[in-house]
Amino acid sequence: MTLLRAFLIRFVTTIVTLFGVAVIVFVVIRVVPGNPIAMMLPPGATDADIARLEEQYGFDKSIFEQFLIWLGGVMQGNFGTSISLRQPVSDLVLGRLPATLELSIVALFIAVAIGGALALTGTRYRDTKTEGAVDVTAGMALSIPDFLWGLILILLFGVLWPVFHISGRISPSLNIDFSTNFYLFEALVRLRFDVIADLIGHMFMPALALAIPLAAIIAQLLKQSLKETMHLDYVTLARTKGYGENYVITREALPNAVLPTLTLVGVQFTFLIGGTVIIERLFSYEGLGNMAIDAVINRDLPLIQGIVILFALLFTLVNLFVDMLYVILNPRLRHA
Amino acid sequence: MSGFLSIRNLTVRLKSGVTILRSVSLDVAQGQVHGLVGESGAGKSMIGKAVLGTLPRALQVTGGEIWLDGENLLALPHDTRRKRIGATAALIPQDPLTALNPSKRIGPQITRRLVDILAWTRSDAEARALELLGEVQIPDPARVMRSYPHELSGGMRQRILIASAFAAEPKLIIADEPTTALDVTVQKQILRLIADMQVRHGTSLLFVTHDLGVVSKVCDTLSVLYAGKVVEEARMHRFFMRPIHPYSRALLAATPTYLDPTGSLTPVPESVISAVEEEVRLHDVRFGT
Ligand SMILES: Nc1ncnc2c1ncn2[C@@H]1O[C@H](COP(=O)(O)OP(=O)(O)OP(=O)(O)O)[C@@H](O)[C@H]1O
Ligand SMILES: [Mg+2]
Repeated sequence: MTLLRAFLIRFVTTIVTLFGVAVIVFVVIRVVPGNPIAMMLPPGATDADIARLEEQYGFDKSIFEQFLIWLGGVMQGNFGTSISLRQPVSDLVLGRLPATLELSIVALFIAVAIGGALALTGTRYRDTKTEGAVDVTAGMALSIPDFLWGLILILLFGVLWPVFHISGRISPSLNIDFSTNFYLFEALVRLRFDVIADLIGHMFMPALALAIPLAAIIAQLLKQSLKETMHLDYVTLARTKGYGENYVITREALPNAVLPTLTLVGVQFTFLIGGTVIIERLFSYEGLGNMAIDAVINRDLPLIQGIVILFALLFTLVNLFVDMLYVILNPRLRHA
Repeated sequence: MSGFLSIRNLTVRLKSGVTILRSVSLDVAQGQVHGLVGESGAGKSMIGKAVLGTLPRALQVTGGEIWLDGENLLALPHDTRRKRIGATAALIPQDPLTALNPSKRIGPQITRRLVDILAWTRSDAEARALELLGEVQIPDPARVMRSYPHELSGGMRQRILIASAFAAEPKLIIADEPTTALDVTVQKQILRLIADMQVRHGTSLLFVTHDLGVVSKVCDTLSVLYAGKVVEEARMHRFFMRPIHPYSRALLAATPTYLDPTGSLTPVPESVISAVEEEVRLHDVRFGT
């Protein structure tokens, strides 16, 4: 029963959070200067034209009224119509979501792989120069933000040694007739290796740029946690049983050392998703973030709202997932 | 060299140079129980750790020999030594609450090493674990094998650790204050259990404690340690009848006896402490620090 209770509380807080986000975004984007209608019309449009369109989009009403109308639509799954693209916001946003999700998840995998490897190496060779090298690497990786890593990667692998695509998500020449926008996922399921290679070729640099700072955080946190665990009695006991250092680190210490780092990595992953906005722009990657910047430039209020709400929902889901993972991995909570 | 475990002139130092163990020599005879007593910080645990190869990184062996079953462990290559220890020796740790891995079920914590290190089959290892859990009087062993450590009491966990230590029929077991972390009520049971198991399996046992009363119950021989130096090594009977070293005598006087549990508990006198400190100093002068 406590589980059901916890779930209900979680559900309610999520709804309240999303509502709060909706209110703030709704008000803020309407208070800042700039008229969306004027921007979409060609120069020379009359005031009457503008007024007519404003009425059509409901901008002539008070913010409070506009919000109620919008909320009513949302309740029925209608997030309004994009002003600049003239399509339903929900179609646009859901069409782009897979691209951003795939990018973020690939970045997460890269971050866990690099960060985990660094943490394990640093622990294996703790108190030596190797651990010092891991610390320095992580420190450097962390002191440069993701978009600068993006620029550095473009210089390295786009200009100096052009092995990866520097823009876009997929080569237009590629013939794909996929039924979803989860290209990478679908290509994996269908074993379309040509598509996978092309997608990775496009995704590698933006994903790596997003991953590097997170990898550094994982390396530092996990190594710290592993080193503390290595002093514990059950690790010593495993040594006396004849197990070597590698087994002791990966099998005895790691499963326990992962737990304290998990929550923080979850939080950092939401920052990574936030980072896609600039990174997608940098690499002209057709995801939500790129669309968000266009929406802001065009003052496309309904689209901005839709994207922000979706990001907020994504963050909440990530946190929920991390909490669930924590329970699954921790036997003490699993049976509670 | 006379014992199954024979430590000869073992010297352990901090990397910073501070001496922790001063030319320690002691023997644990085949199938016998050797007590290792001394006050807190004397270096008792470090002797056990040096034998098992689990000294903290800040410490290193700078001299001496550790003979186990006719082989000098310190002369073996690192990996060989680790496996040899795993196959011939085992540890009963001090704190049962921290000595079991919280994220693993009990069963694998007993059986894995039998399979991994000693190449038993899984079913053999499981049968053996069940048998031993029964032997340490754990009710419903099959259920306990599936439990996680946090589901069990401290006394239960210590029984499990004892079963686990005996699982591979080691020839030597080192028990480092195996009852100090337990409730007084279960201390006696656990002590009796270890003593019984030792007799039944004929294992050599190095029993680390600071309690002479416990030593008198379970040990055949003992060493008294002060500041990393063995001040007396004796057979049990002789030690309690005629302790030779003044520090041993003072230690005995400070221990409540069965016949006179409330009798005068004299703390170790200043004069004895300064005398033994002087002895340690002379040792350091002779062997250099
Ligand atoms: N990791 C370490 N680094 C530096 N010194 C240490 C370390 N571990 C132990 N020592 C020192 O080694 C000495 C012996 O410690 P040891 O744990 O063997 O004592 P002990 O006789 O087992 O005491 P207790 O009865 O408290 O367990 C102590 O003086 C302690 O300060
Ligand atoms: Mg100790």
